[in-house]
Amino acid sequence: MTAVESYKRMWRIRLFEEVVDRLFGEGVLRGTSHLCVGQEATAVGTCAALRPDDYVTSTHRGHGHFLAKGGDPRRLMAELFGKATGYSRGRGGSQHMACFEIGFLGSNGITGGGIPVATGAALALQRRREERVVACFFGEGAANQGVFHESLNMAALWKLPAIYVCENNLYAMSTPVGGALAGPGVAARAAGYGVPGALVDGNDIFAVRAAASEAAARARCGEGPTLIECRTYRLLGHSRGDRRVYRTREEEAEWRARDPIPRLRDALLRSGEVTALEAERIREEVELEIRDAVAFARESPALPVEAALEGVYA
Amino acid sequence: MMEVAASEVRGAPEAAVPRAREVYFTEALQEALAEEMRRDPEVFLLGEDIGVYGGCFGVTRGLLAEFGPERVRDTPISEAALVGMAVGAAILGARPVVEVMFMDFVTLAMDQLVNHAAKFRYVYGEQARVPLVLRCPAGAGRAYGATHSQSLEAWFLHVPGLKVVAPATAADAKGLLKSAIRDDNPVIFIENKVLYQSRERIPEGEYAIPLGQARRVCEGGDVTLVAYSRMAREAERAAVLLAEEGVSAEVIDLRTLAPLDIGTVVESVAKTGRVVLVEEGTRTGGACAEIGVQIFEHAWDSLDAPIRRVTTPDIPIPFAPELEAAVIPAAADIAAAARALVET
Ligand SMILES: Cc1ncc(C[n+]2csc(CCOP(=O)(O)OP(=O)(O)O)c2C)c(N)n1
Repeated sequence: MTAVESYKRMWRIRLFEEVVDRLFGEGVLRGTSHLCVGQEATAVGTCAALRPDDYVTSTHRGHGHFLAKGGDPRRLMAELFGKATGYSRGRGGSQHMACFEIGFLGSNGITGGGIPVATGAALALQRRREERVVACFFGEGAANQGVFHESLNMAALWKLPAIYVCENNLYAMSTPVGGALAGPGVAARAAGYGVPGALVDGNDIFAVRAAASEAAARARCGEGPTLIECRTYRLLGHSRGDRRVYRTREEEAEWRARDPIPRLRDALLRSGEVTALEAERIREEVELEIRDAVAFARESPALPVEAALEGVYA
Repeated sequence: MMEVAASEVRGAPEAAVPRAREVYFTEALQEALAEEMRRDPEVFLLGEDIGVYGGCFGVTRGLLAEFGPERVRDTPISEAALVGMAVGAAILGARPVVEVMFMDFVTLAMDQLVNHAAKFRYVYGEQARVPLVLRCPAGAGRAYGATHSQSLEAWFLHVPGLKVVAPATAADAKGLLKSAIRDDNPVIFIENKVLYQSRERIPEGEYAIPLGQARRVCEGGDVTLVAYSRMAREAERAAVLLAEEGVSAEVIDLRTLAPLDIGTVVESVAKTGRVVLVEEGTRTGGACAEIGVQIFEHAWDSLDAPIRRVTTPDIPIPFAPELEAAVIPAAADIAAAARALVET
């Protein structure tokens, strides 16, 4: 993926999330959702290091991972609207959608739930001697689940082609990382399993992509998993209704100043890969795309009630 | 995770307090926790985001300020270990109350509940007591999707050693939670998320409601509606619908599923001869399956018609709000089932 394409995907995620936030505020969307505004570089940087036929597993905060892997904003939006044209035909919702065709093995409502799933997918690829890898996204909060440790142990033991990408956005819901995670950090836990651990600036897409590329190369040639910890920040609340009483507005402002999107734009302008006008045009294109996605979702039909009863068994 | 708009209003001066007050369901639970924590220093709370955040649904809001972080303890996201730790603390005499953020996540702690909490008393020769409460926000109705909407209580009925409580009103929620905390056994305490938002009258002053006693919500002679938790409220609404058509329904709110007050149910069925069982959980192997068989065992000769069940079909809960609403039992479904029975 070129840097310019990465830039476009980051805007796609940003504007998608902002529109979703607004639609919730207006009461158009129901239920809840976890938005990843501010974390776009971790999703896109990781996927930029993958091949189209590699896989990713995601979390409750999964819209960005899905779009970064090439998800269609129209079908994502339709899913949030609960429509038949959504990726899960409206049966799944924000935390339960997937598109295996493009290698997106699903968002996940269970914190840490995707970690063993990614590990098992990596096992399947290894068994078939395929040179493909699985990138597993999870938050630092999930690193305290037993399955994190159990999975890393087995992945290391069997040298599975997995990349564990921890998005450490400093809070798990209201819990600051320091109040929940013992030891020097998530990346440092890699040492316990004898695998490489990398700590990167998660708001610097080049740093994320470089770490993920190295991890993917290792995984592809049978050297096993890597644990990457991306330090980042979710700029919005944990979910709908979060009044953010556990952190200060000053801290949020500091992180707004480190917004990964303007950072990439500045780098692209410096390198001459885009002009200011072209950068603006990319954003405008994406804006239209997202508007179109909302219109598509609005106009799409709902799933008939009888169809809610189908699809339980293969 | 939406928060409930729980008002922070606390008790007014003694003299001005009426004999009953209106509170949110969440506040009734919070009062039970606070009162028991004041009464017994061994009671403490464990859970994710229960401190500053006040719990995902606001139930523990304000408790950190009164009791401090040692007794209102935020934990990492580690359900298996935190429920196991509650077991360990309980056998040394503590009375932990654990909040599992959504009942769906109890799956992560099943081993500690089933193979540890429920077994210790029996297998360790009655040395052990495991007085812990697992508070479980449960149920659908908020479009949270398949992993945040389940009603899994039936599983626990199959585990000897566990008690299962599922209140339908704010008053019962408070009184039953107090009894659950005082109980020397592990108690699964089910809190329906839709009920959290209801505002109701609760008695003033100290009270506890014993576990294992059903409540007759209203009397009737034509058909008995048996339900619990949110579905008891739907059954109550169904009784109103039926009354308009001249059908007199008796509603039994079980309140506790284990131990089950089958006596009250049988007494009612003996009078009406017809019974509709209601639950929000899925159908196969659900709580109603057990209750139905017990009715048959105790009172088959008083039945004038087959037992009917109204449940969620055997599917994961769909996300789309319209689909979700269509598959969760509602008053109209219960009334329709009762009507069909009365006509037989
Ligand atoms: C097993 C389980 N426990 C708790 C939750 C509730 N929950 C959802 S997201 C979340 C915080 C997760 O934090 P982290 O993994 O750091 O991801 P972030 O939200 O920061 O992206 C919690 C506690 C859940 N969904 N599943």
